[in-house]
Amino acid sequence: MKPIHLALAFLSLGHMAMADAPVLNVLTYDSFAAEWGPGPAIAKGFEATCACKINYITAGDGAAVLSRLKMEGATSEADVVVGLDTTLTESARATGLFAPLAATAPNDLPVPYTDANFEPFDWGWFAFVYDNTKLTNPPKSFKELAASNLKIVIEDPRSSTPGLGLVMWVKDAYGTDSANIWKDLADNIVTVTPSWDEAYGLFLKGEADMVLSYTTSPAYHLIAEKDATKSAAPFAEGHYMQVEVAGKLASSKQQPLADQFLAYLASDAAQATIPTTNWMYPAKTPAEGLPKGYETLIKPLKSLLFSPTEAEGQRQAAVEEWQTALSK
Amino acid sequence: MADRPLQITAGLLALLIATLVLGTALALASQSGGASLHPADWSAIRFTILQALLSTAFSCALAIPTARALMRRRFPGRQALILLMGAPFLLPVIVAVLGLLTIYGRSGLLNAALQAVGIAPISIYGLWGVVLAHVFFNLPLATRILLNGWHAIPAERFRLAETLNLPSLFRHIELPMLRATLPGAALSIFLVCLTSFVVALTLGGGPKATTLELAIYQALRFDFDPGKAALLAAIQFAICTAAVTLSARFTLPSALGAGLDRSLVLRAPKGRKAQDAIVITAGALFLLLPLFAVLIEGLPALPFLPIEVWQAATRSIWMALASAALSTTAALTLAQATARKGSRLLELSAMLPLSASGLVLGTGLFLMVRPYIRPEDVALPVTILVNALMSLPFLYRLLFPEAQALHAAYDRLAQAMALTGWPRLRYLTLPRLARPLGLGTGLAAALSMGDLGVIALFAGQGQATLPLVVQRLSGAYRMDEAAAAALLLVALSFTLFALCDLGGRRAAP
Repeated sequence: MKPIHLALAFLSLGHMAMADAPVLNVLTYDSFAAEWGPGPAIAKGFEATCACKINYITAGDGAAVLSRLKMEGATSEADVVVGLDTTLTESARATGLFAPLAATAPNDLPVPYTDANFEPFDWGWFAFVYDNTKLTNPPKSFKELAASNLKIVIEDPRSSTPGLGLVMWVKDAYGTDSANIWKDLADNIVTVTPSWDEAYGLFLKGEADMVLSYTTSPAYHLIAEKDATKSAAPFAEGHYMQVEVAGKLASSKQQPLADQFLAYLASDAAQATIPTTNWMYPAKTPAEGLPKGYETLIKPLKSLLFSPTEAEGQRQAAVEEWQTALSK
Repeated sequence: MADRPLQITAGLLALLIATLVLGTALALASQSGGASLHPADWSAIRFTILQALLSTAFSCALAIPTARALMRRRFPGRQALILLMGAPFLLPVIVAVLGLLTIYGRSGLLNAALQAVGIAPISIYGLWGVVLAHVFFNLPLATRILLNGWHAIPAERFRLAETLNLPSLFRHIELPMLRATLPGAALSIFLVCLTSFVVALTLGGGPKATTLELAIYQALRFDFDPGKAALLAAIQFAICTAAVTLSARFTLPSALGAGLDRSLVLRAPKGRKAQDAIVITAGALFLLLPLFAVLIEGLPALPFLPIEVWQAATRSIWMALASAALSTTAALTLAQATARKGSRLLELSAMLPLSASGLVLGTGLFLMVRPYIRPEDVALPVTILVNALMSLPFLYRLLFPEAQALHAAYDRLAQAMALTGWPRLRYLTLPRLARPLGLGTGLAAALSMGDLGVIALFAGQGQATLPLVVQRLSGAYRMDEAAAAALLLVALSFTLFALCDLGGRRAAP
């Protein structure tokens, strides 16, 4: 088929759907909408209740979602945005594009979290993941890690949200001493990758002893691959959190439908899909509890999280500090 | 004159390319006010140029002995080897990086071997790792461009040299050919490395190895500073323009003239057999071992790929064909027009896409298209167009030296015979350029197949291409399936490439 024909076919498909039922456009990141992500199940569940159609518009990751939104401004066709994290929410709020939430659903986050514009839908603790058959005595803190000969692979905070999360983690745990921690960690870092998938791929290939990921990463291997060899190392400083949020756009012409979707996202039905599709903790633990396998994961005693305004205020200086410390 | 329509078409093409490449950067610049460079940006510029220069130097220096050895030796499997050696250039970046790490990584084969004999392990991470990966990617390209150059030398010239007992074959025949082809090859490689992102960062070992492309990524993603991104893109264009000018300085048009198309069996100098064997074996091992690693890692999950992957594969194949057809037509037009009337501007426009940042191009197009049409409605055509644009410089580089030689050798004869228009294309140009056309079209098809291009910014539901699916799989812990999908991608790209390349070689006189 010629490309233009195909484009027209897609165009007419879109119009047909629009004629039948209202379409709710959800802007989100790629892996949320992917076949194996939470997107399809959530769309199916919601469509059964709303007599509407969900259309996912995707961008690479949380940061790409925000940058797309900034490009589109008030003319964005999106009604709902899913997948920003708390290092991005302040910058997202500053655009003035987000409407206040109609209702705030209760959540089970380990730290109190409320935001007038953004509803959390999942969260996780950043952690260094290792192979427990190769590493029997993992470091228990950043200082132990820095003093060891262990090799780690991390993500670049200039291009990846987990990379930025790590920089925030060190900043939150060590404050003004964070630059020294980075200096001490420098010789442990094998390399810095542009995004999470390259770092995790390198780790699975045996290029590093540990990789910056999430405490929930071992659950993927355990549940999907029946492989119990991956563990996350608990750190004494506490673990920084990534909280992923959703919000609705003030420019949306379907405010009630958008509210309905956000309410569904916070419901048991949607939250129950999160642990085995996004491999994160659901914002609200569903009535049936977490899937089997999650009970084996480490539970950090101390959770770290900057407020959105603190995170936005710290970001640039913290990234520059990271860059300077590792460029020596 | 038949020249005028050609020159006008070429001019319009150049204009279109400039609009796409420069216009997208302008679209970004118009989004915000002034932007300035930080010290970190300057060190990114320095590192970018340094690694690109080193990568180019090594790729070219190694390509000369490799192409020469392949040219003067005949051995079983030679054709297959030449074909296979083109494959690294077609690999998606991250697949190639993982393949290279299987050999040179911390727990790779090389270090295992070193450990076995008690030698301290080596680390691939750092400037030299970046250069190694770039040489892996670009040595095949340089080798193929040079091999084409050697093939284009008429057999009569070598015979004459032998009859006259010329003291140095190299100086009188091979050097002029190298002067005609090598600067162009070097230029392409330099520009490919200029926009390196994933390789430079992943193998660079840390923020010391920051390239301009990463700075652009940061400016657009986290800082949302389109003006800064446009400024950085402008710096890339400036470096590109300087490189094109410099390379043109060093290029001497070939003056070897036409021959009778007798197949050339170059008599190899005596006593150098061992040397050639070593060069060919080393080159083959260097290029084929990581490929073999990609094969081994992808095979296990290949039968279990989700249906989405196969759908994306089908989509990618026809998109690659459409893109290759576009790119080949454009490159042939530009190469012919430049060959007849050496215009620096036309040449610059043909090379310009190589210096374009994928992210700037995509974001700029997005901004340009969006006021009028939903991006996902044009996702596939836009991706085809951008992929055609991105492979154009390679095609042009392959076609230009031979189009020039063809013009020098046959233009007067063709004019005397009033051979113009379609008959000239059909009976003179296409047959005589069949070899580079086949190779170039194959390259374009394979490159568009493997290139992520701008699809990530535009794709709606059910529009993912194979490279995008590979990325999505590896972003969801599914590394085995990602490896299998990557293998499928490489196999399909390579098949497209091989079919076109063999077709071209078959059709060549």
